[in-house]
Amino acid sequence: MLTIKNLHAEVEGKKILKGINLEINKGEMHAIMGPNGSGKSSLASVLAGRDNYTVTEGEVWFNGKNLLDMAPEERAREGVFLAFQYPVEIPGVSNLNFLKTALNEIRAYKGLPALEAREFLKLTKEKQQLVDFHSNLMNRSLNEGFSGGEKKRNEIFQLAMLNPQLAILDETDSGLDIDALRIVSNGVNKLRDAEKSFVVITHYQRLLEYIIPDFVHVLYNGRIIKTGTKELALELEERGYDWLKEELHLKESV
Amino acid sequence: MINSNEIIDDIANKEYEFGFSTDIEMDIAPPGLNEDIIRFISAKKNEPEWLLEWRLKGFAAFKKMEFPKWQHFEMPKLDLQALSYYAAPKKKIQLNSLDEVDPELLATFAKLGIPLNEQKALTGVAVDAVFDSVSVATTFKGKLKEMGVIFCSFGEAVQEHPDLVKKYLGSVVPHTDNIFAALNAAVFSDGSFVYIPKGVRCPMELSTYFRINAQNTGQFERTLIIADDNSYVSYLEGCTAPMRDENQLHAAVVELIALEQAEIKYSTVQNWYPGDKDGKGGIYNFVTKRGICKGAASKISWTQVETGSAITWKYPSVILQGDHSEGEFYSVAVVRNKQIADTGTKIHHIGKGTKSRIISKGISAGRGDNSYRGLVSVGPRADNARNFTQCDSLLIGNQCGSHTFPYIESRNKTAMIEHEATTSKIGEDQIFYLNQRGIDSEKAVALIVNGYVKEVLNQLPMEFAVEAQKLLSITLEGSVG
Repeated sequence: MLTIKNLHAEVEGKKILKGINLEINKGEMHAIMGPNGSGKSSLASVLAGRDNYTVTEGEVWFNGKNLLDMAPEERAREGVFLAFQYPVEIPGVSNLNFLKTALNEIRAYKGLPALEAREFLKLTKEKQQLVDFHSNLMNRSLNEGFSGGEKKRNEIFQLAMLNPQLAILDETDSGLDIDALRIVSNGVNKLRDAEKSFVVITHYQRLLEYIIPDFVHVLYNGRIIKTGTKELALELEERGYDWLKEELHLKESV
Repeated sequence: MINSNEIIDDIANKEYEFGFSTDIEMDIAPPGLNEDIIRFISAKKNEPEWLLEWRLKGFAAFKKMEFPKWQHFEMPKLDLQALSYYAAPKKKIQLNSLDEVDPELLATFAKLGIPLNEQKALTGVAVDAVFDSVSVATTFKGKLKEMGVIFCSFGEAVQEHPDLVKKYLGSVVPHTDNIFAALNAAVFSDGSFVYIPKGVRCPMELSTYFRINAQNTGQFERTLIIADDNSYVSYLEGCTAPMRDENQLHAAVVELIALEQAEIKYSTVQNWYPGDKDGKGGIYNFVTKRGICKGAASKISWTQVETGSAITWKYPSVILQGDHSEGEFYSVAVVRNKQIADTGTKIHHIGKGTKSRIISKGISAGRGDNSYRGLVSVGPRADNARNFTQCDSLLIGNQCGSHTFPYIESRNKTAMIEHEATTSKIGEDQIFYLNQRGIDSEKAVALIVNGYVKEVLNQLPMEFAVEAQKLLSITLEGSVG
């Protein structure tokens, strides 16, 4: 579904990604871990098309289409969803109105008619229950005055509503207490299916206790330096990243 | 649009050859402002002597005045002697079909969803005899007449209801008020007149749009609305479609009078030609609007959505004379390219227990410059007066300007005056967030802007609000990225 080949990217002249290779198939759950500044969130931003990143080399294919050729909104309509590490507040725009606009834009792109109000509300209710999202947040302005946990839950709720093929969760666990973490993880697990793939970016193994990954990749200094299964995450939790760096004789470039 | 202007210019020049003094049937007076032309206008309209006197007093005041210097923009050079001050009503250039109309204008109509017949009327294309609004207007007129509501052109009111006009004309905006009001007093062309009798709640929104005969009343319009005791009226001015308009200076005057427990709601959506992206051309919208809550517990509410004009310069105001009267001002002003808006309100609290509320939302894009200027004054008798002002600015891009000039003058210790202000910018982060959910940048801006102005648009009658919303989106198209 997603193929990343030798991806290089920089921001303001600084090289951030230095040759990422990654293959993601339908229905897979990939975790990307790595120390601070290794390029995890940058990878998410590049895939979503944030415009302060410049891709200098490499290719990204999504369902046979060149993702890097597309504007951010096209990528979203094609089915790439980014759950933001820091969801943005938009005063005056209700959560409900925002979601309706987003959903109908995506539907229009696929040649589907806009959802009627009744159908839309029905879908909203259903997904609210699925990911345990408070209905009183629906009519409030998008993320305005939401707590950190509410914002993250809103991201997962949007994920449920928009039903993308590929969901990239950028440190969705950061700033969550243990209860919120469980609720968010449960939501994600309920959304897993054979058609949908996930890339979960995280610092901590903790999240991966709830969301069991098929693959764990370690990103370091702009490259994936190790790929394994969920056991790799446990090992990282126990031993940190230093042994990996040593193993790869990369310590001098820190 | 340019073409039709040329045609009009041609005709204007041709008519000039005949001169006005000899040919009583001519349509357009030669340029120039003097007593003769004022007498001529008055005679043409068959006005009573007192009205001519009043016009001449206005002209005398005008001659002694100079253009203001306090505004936050460079005053354009206006050659008032170069203007023609009389054009026969309704003899407009008629185009044969919409094919002759500027395609860009048509594209905007299509986006706004304006029906074909309406498009024709707005662009000056000859309209078939079966124009829906004509019959609608007739039906409405009948119904209004039954209730005693007077809704007619100003000229008609002068003939049919001279006592009312004489009593209230200039009672809120005197002919000496400011240079443009004085000019308007001297040469006003036509306009609207509304009188709501005691205890009558006007059953429909009154709009110039339904009053076919008063379209194209020109650049010096005058509106007078009187709501008698315990009455209510909602009045809509303007149109959300871009009006074809050959006048550069618009100096209208609007006077509202609310008697005891009466309520007047006045809504404006203004979308005149703003000039091109370099600021060439465009309308100067220099309007004086003021209402007086004369009676106790009366209420006047102004709502304005200003997206057009090269320069919008006006302060719809309320004098709260009656005890416990209420004034409101809701405004959205949008500038882009090189547009300028210097707008706001003045609220004078005179009576006891008077209340006012000001919500102003400025949006600046491109190289536009937006100023809010407001005065809240509380007089010594206005015990327990209350004011709440909220003044927000939204910036799009980094070349626009936004300024706030709030003045507060209180001469009563019991007054409570609140002023809140915010400035925000549509951030790239916000746009990207919405992009990432499948919403393109244009729609993203529209969504954010509509959220921002919701509080004001909610004050507009439903249909108007929907059109205003569309208009805002169209106005801001291309202002991001």
